[in-house]
Amino acid sequence: MGDLEAEKHVKYILSAEKKKDDFESLVLEHLRMNGAYWGLTTLDLLHKLEAVDPDEVILWMMECYHQDCGGFGGNIGHDPHLLYTLSAVQVLALFDKLDALDIEKVSDYVAGLQNEDGSFSGDIWGETDTRFSYCAICCLSILHRLDKIDVEKAVNYIVSCKNLDGGFGSIPGGESHAGQIFCCVGALAITGSLHHVDRDLLGWWLCERQCKDGGLNGRPEKLADVCYTWWVLSSLIMIDRVHWIDKDKLTRYILNCQDRENGGISDRPDNAVDVFHTFFGVAGLSLVEYPGLKSMDPAYALPVDVVNQSFFGK
Amino acid sequence: MPTPPPRLSLTADPKAAEGEIPSETLDFLLALRISMSASSDDDDRIPFSRRPEWSDVSPVPQDDGPHPIVSIAYRDDFRETMDYFRAVYLADERSHRALDLTTEAIEMNPGNYTVWHFRRLVLEALNVDLHEERDFINQIAIRNSKNYQIWHHRRWVAEKLGPEAADEELEFTKRILALDAKNYHAWSYRQWVLQSLGGWEKELDYCCKLLEDDIFNNSAWNQRYFVITKSPVLGGLQAMRDSEVSYTVEAILANPQNESPWRYLRGLYKGDTDSLVSDNQVSDGCLKVLKTNLNHIFALSLLLDLLCYGFQPSDELKTVIEALRKTEPDTSDANLATTICSLLETVDPMRSNYWAWRKNNLPFQVC
Repeated sequence: MGDLEAEKHVKYILSAEKKKDDFESLVLEHLRMNGAYWGLTTLDLLHKLEAVDPDEVILWMMECYHQDCGGFGGNIGHDPHLLYTLSAVQVLALFDKLDALDIEKVSDYVAGLQNEDGSFSGDIWGETDTRFSYCAICCLSILHRLDKIDVEKAVNYIVSCKNLDGGFGSIPGGESHAGQIFCCVGALAITGSLHHVDRDLLGWWLCERQCKDGGLNGRPEKLADVCYTWWVLSSLIMIDRVHWIDKDKLTRYILNCQDRENGGISDRPDNAVDVFHTFFGVAGLSLVEYPGLKSMDPAYALPVDVVNQSFFGK
Repeated sequence: MPTPPPRLSLTADPKAAEGEIPSETLDFLLALRISMSASSDDDDRIPFSRRPEWSDVSPVPQDDGPHPIVSIAYRDDFRETMDYFRAVYLADERSHRALDLTTEAIEMNPGNYTVWHFRRLVLEALNVDLHEERDFINQIAIRNSKNYQIWHHRRWVAEKLGPEAADEELEFTKRILALDAKNYHAWSYRQWVLQSLGGWEKELDYCCKLLEDDIFNNSAWNQRYFVITKSPVLGGLQAMRDSEVSYTVEAILANPQNESPWRYLRGLYKGDTDSLVSDNQVSDGCLKVLKTNLNHIFALSLLLDLLCYGFQPSDELKTVIEALRKTEPDTSDANLATTICSLLETVDPMRSNYWAWRKNNLPFQVC
């Protein structure tokens, strides 16, 4: 199995950020803001954030900012969306540069996306999903502006997406899915509403996600995938049930998904790597307290020291 | 040992892809597939710069910022299309050629929110027949069935068409689910169609059919629960419980290792543990499974729950558990619930901590 190839992953992230002539950068153009969050958070977990010049990143990010409405686009010239606004706020938090923002304006944008039933839309076109509830709540919490939304309604909407198995879906009635569960449990954790979660029932469902190969899947009868490491583990930690899974087997699974030559982590052993799975792999290892990594906050999806800095000024 | 060459599995088989929710990755991998397939037509494609109807437009290149960290080099035809897109977008030109341009841009990369937004503005401005727009989505969705934007766009169109669209929308999701019966987007959309446009009448039959195809399909079980609890034509959970319990127990007996029906069975008694405990169909189902040589984990687990809720086990059940205990030497003398926990610790070692926790937290008066 071998250890975590930390240095190679750093190199991989830095080269992915600088890559020019390939398809990945082409089709990633519209979600480059997410890419920045995945890559930079991975670097920070590996203690290598200083390899990047924050001023350059922030300069580019502020070009993606829409002054008229207060939201961020996925790249320069792209329409604003809650997904990219959260990534932008998270990246600024990583660099301790939240003061670069017009916090009132950004938080007004986010709060303005709350619907009558408490749910959130992703943008002005109204697509609704519990992912957006998480984005909004996480974002406003980092900005200390949760008072701008109706938290009770937001919580009630999330609770209305709870299923018979203790999990959560994207909308009321939607199938339980580890990704949505992270969003819902994360939003409930941030708003101090975890009493709505049936911890033992959900905890059992989540630990049933561990497959024979040690990896975690996102729904019953699906294949394991490194990205679910993050969603399942963070949820288990938030409800204090992470000791119910076999951490050693999971750690081995993630380490087996590394590209040992060129760095990066893939969804499954021997597949092609990408920045997204590299982030979730490293973040997952941080959650199982793999040595040498910074600790990750399971609700805010940021390193713990960044969250502490943002809430307690260190 | 040399590292084997990496496979782009996600692009090769969308059915095997498990990333619906993270999806942005999947979006881009699927978009990549489209770009690749589109590139085979490169020979036929006329660049915008050589099309007479576009001669009055100056393309606008992507602005990578004042001090680009990286200037991304795009493939030529994609770059050109996006440069022209930026030009019409900035000029807010809501014309037929702008609509055609968004079609090309979407075919190259269907994951770009901005292109879709602008397309809707153009569709509204031109008052286009939305049935035609639906045909366009039909075409593009088959290859991009896990793209958020396409589903959202579809919903926008269906909302405007109203209840008359219900049948066609249900048919559409059926076609997508025929390719991947667990597609999360298709299921969410289907639930929205049922609740907003109607068409409940045949939904339970559809669930039955899908479960007949694959009894392990958790999405179909979830939809079944959705129908039982929400359909205005079935009378609700209480009215359906008896027949649903029979159906579920039968599914369990055929495949006791199938997680979904066990959870569904519990769901049928939501908020009514007394009925769960007193319904013989449930405990008999557990007993039948335990008498076979098949996987016992879920049967033991449900039995454990029943005991915690106050269930009084029959002598036959006790004897069966006792027999199982003998094949697992490491269990000590104790009450039935404790024995079951010990058995589960042994047969399900990956979750042994969970079962140990259950053992240490049994209710005081459990059998």
